[in-house]
Amino acid sequence: MSVNESFRPTIVAFCCNWCSYAGADLSGTNRLNYPANVKIIRIPCSCRLNPMFILRAFQRGADGVILCGCHPGDCHYTTGNYYARRRMTLLFSMLDYLGVERERTRVEWVSAAEGAKFAATMNEFVETVTKLGKNRRLEDLRCSK
Amino acid sequence: MQRIGVFVCWCGSNIAATVDVEAVSQALAKEPGVVFSTNYQYMCSQTGQDMIQSKIHEYNLSAVVICSCSPRMHEATFRRTCEKAGLNPYMVEIANIREQCSWIHKDRAEATEKAVILGRAAIAKVQLNAPLTAGTSPVTKRALVIGGGIAGIQTALDIADAGFEVDIVEKEPTIGGKMTQIDKTFPTLDCAACILTPKMVDCAQNEKITIYAYSEVEAVSGFVGSFRVKIRRKARYVKEDVCTGCGLCTEKCPQKKVPNAFNLGLDTRRAIYIPFAQAVPKVATIDADYCTMLRTGKCGVCSKVCEAGAIDYKQKDEVIEREYGAIVAATGYNPISLAQFDEFAYSQSPDVVSSLEFERLMNAAGPTGGTLLRPSDGTHPKTIVFVQCVGSRCDGAEKGKPYCSKICCMYTAKHAMLCREKYPDTDVYVFYIDVRTPGKNFDEFYRRAVEEYGVHYIKGMVGKVVPENGKLKVRASDLLDGRQLHIDADMVVLAAAIEPDKSARPLATMLTASMDTNDFFTEAHPKLRPVESPTAGIFLSGACQGPKDIPETVAQAGAAASKVIGLLSKDQLTCNPCVAAPNEMMCNGCSSCEKVCPYGAITYVDKEFRGPNRTTLIRRVAQVNPAVCQGCGACTVACPSGAMDLKGFSNRQIMAEVDAICL
Repeated sequence: MSVNESFRPTIVAFCCNWCSYAGADLSGTNRLNYPANVKIIRIPCSCRLNPMFILRAFQRGADGVILCGCHPGDCHYTTGNYYARRRMTLLFSMLDYLGVERERTRVEWVSAAEGAKFAATMNEFVETVTKLGKNRRLEDLRCSK
Repeated sequence: MQRIGVFVCWCGSNIAATVDVEAVSQALAKEPGVVFSTNYQYMCSQTGQDMIQSKIHEYNLSAVVICSCSPRMHEATFRRTCEKAGLNPYMVEIANIREQCSWIHKDRAEATEKAVILGRAAIAKVQLNAPLTAGTSPVTKRALVIGGGIAGIQTALDIADAGFEVDIVEKEPTIGGKMTQIDKTFPTLDCAACILTPKMVDCAQNEKITIYAYSEVEAVSGFVGSFRVKIRRKARYVKEDVCTGCGLCTEKCPQKKVPNAFNLGLDTRRAIYIPFAQAVPKVATIDADYCTMLRTGKCGVCSKVCEAGAIDYKQKDEVIEREYGAIVAATGYNPISLAQFDEFAYSQSPDVVSSLEFERLMNAAGPTGGTLLRPSDGTHPKTIVFVQCVGSRCDGAEKGKPYCSKICCMYTAKHAMLCREKYPDTDVYVFYIDVRTPGKNFDEFYRRAVEEYGVHYIKGMVGKVVPENGKLKVRASDLLDGRQLHIDADMVVLAAAIEPDKSARPLATMLTASMDTNDFFTEAHPKLRPVESPTAGIFLSGACQGPKDIPETVAQAGAAASKVIGLLSKDQLTCNPCVAAPNEMMCNGCSSCEKVCPYGAITYVDKEFRGPNRTTLIRRVAQVNPAVCQGCGACTVACPSGAMDLKGFSNRQIMAEVDAICL
């Protein structure tokens, strides 16, 4: 697929309440820019992310999904991010099998102090997904407007 | 269908400058379920809150969406507002259009479009919100303070003063912490021991305070109001309740070659020791690494001389378990290791010392009895060079810390002043990057060092220190007039950066309290909640939260204590109502959820269900204890049948948000 200059991907970012959502807030407080196509959904912990939510996002036309949680060992609920990591590993290999490019999904650990990392990660992720172009593999055209 | 009111906040110009708030409120007015939509300059102000309340009544709203700053900032505020107007507080959703929209985007059209989408997602979510009622859990009216330095001592005294029981856990044999090693305190130059030791004695004598010295926290479970903590009481090999602290054993012990940690290894002590004369509790401790009896089984001198019969070579570590309602972390700081700073020859010459070592050399109770002598040959130093910012403000460097250690400018000025006062014939040079002396009477203090005491302050860093013929050749540059300086010094004092104590990181993991990249504890809000950890029931006191001097530490300790008192004075705590709950009709009792629950909140019960043909079936179904569940949601994903769901963050709610964002 050719890179379309005007293409603006839809990115869903799931952020855990304790670290990454606070990290996202911090990048705002520090006025660190990242593209407006990233929309954040707050979840209590990265382990709250049901793989179904990611499939749903792709079905409804998302071009990339990123999960951000506390660094391993720093989970507010002690072990939540370890579960998230395992579940996402399984899901990503299944998405790979289904033909969804590996670069469209990502897990990133962002602490509440890493506002700069959050912005940098989002910038880089949006760039990667923009190069990949529109996701058509799981998109359910009946759902689109 | 809910009757939703949408309130878009301008936040002055914070949001309104990049987001067209009028367009957002108009666009959101067209969303399904929205019966009222408006925007206002400051939604969190009294006028704004009054407007929300009056509109709830006027339009009979059943749910509210507020497009404003982060929910971490004002979610609680707006929930209270709506509760006062008779709405369930959990019928409020916040769309974060400040931190995650207006502040990061410059393009007005883009930011407005995103704000509309975020508002739409919140509306889609709030459509599925259900009123939630918070349960309550009891509060154990005892607090734990981890760390017995000035921060911990002050916190414990203040909590005990309010009538609550407090336990102090200190890993060293005595409480007192770093302040016991300090000679004089800036800016008044009063003696540290004179102001600290009475407080230590107060702790010991206060019947509400229990001191667990030479002990460490080993495990923490539970949650705010009822933490269960395992404390390891390390073996002292001395019975704490029998020892009278006479100190005879510490004089008779034949093992004399033990580096004295209290004096930072500048002198030696015996294998059985009391760290310093004013130790609390004043009880001897055997250093198992050096004790001949414990290592070879032959000696026993201390046991023979002890009239009280307190020595017990067979003592074992003991683990006790206690319950607390609140925990205060006061683990303090340490100077960083200077071994990596080869340029200052710290490892090569004993006359290059850290500031804390210098503090011991100046201290009347120190290894030299308060006379400033060179550690190498015991002579009076005539020229002393102080180097500031050793390891502080090293951004991007592989060694050192990126932050300012805050206290070094002041204590270096203090050291320089004390040197000149005691020994007016010494030349004192201070090399600095910047002199930072904000604080009451601090700048006056520094200026006195320069103007009255004639300390030579030179802006510039020391490049190299070379030990040569008993002298220390200091190579430095004066940045203000561009000269290269060569100073033959007798002593070099390095103001080492400070870092959080090594025990803080494992402790944070046990407490599930968050830390920043430098291992300082993170506060719940940097400005508005500076002494609370984001984890409920965990409070922060002193330098474990960031570099601090003594006045600030004491102030923060008092603040942490007042927060603890506020918590402990409640009989019941309101629980988080956003907890997991199973759909019993779908649950098949497979135990998947129980296995992933970090709190053990899930149990199974046999319940009667109506079966076919008027029969009764007994099935095993999951049951969540709402007082124990913290609402992480691990179980909701583990559940293979989709029976488990999280209130406030249900599957349908999150999917609705996904749909609103993607479509």
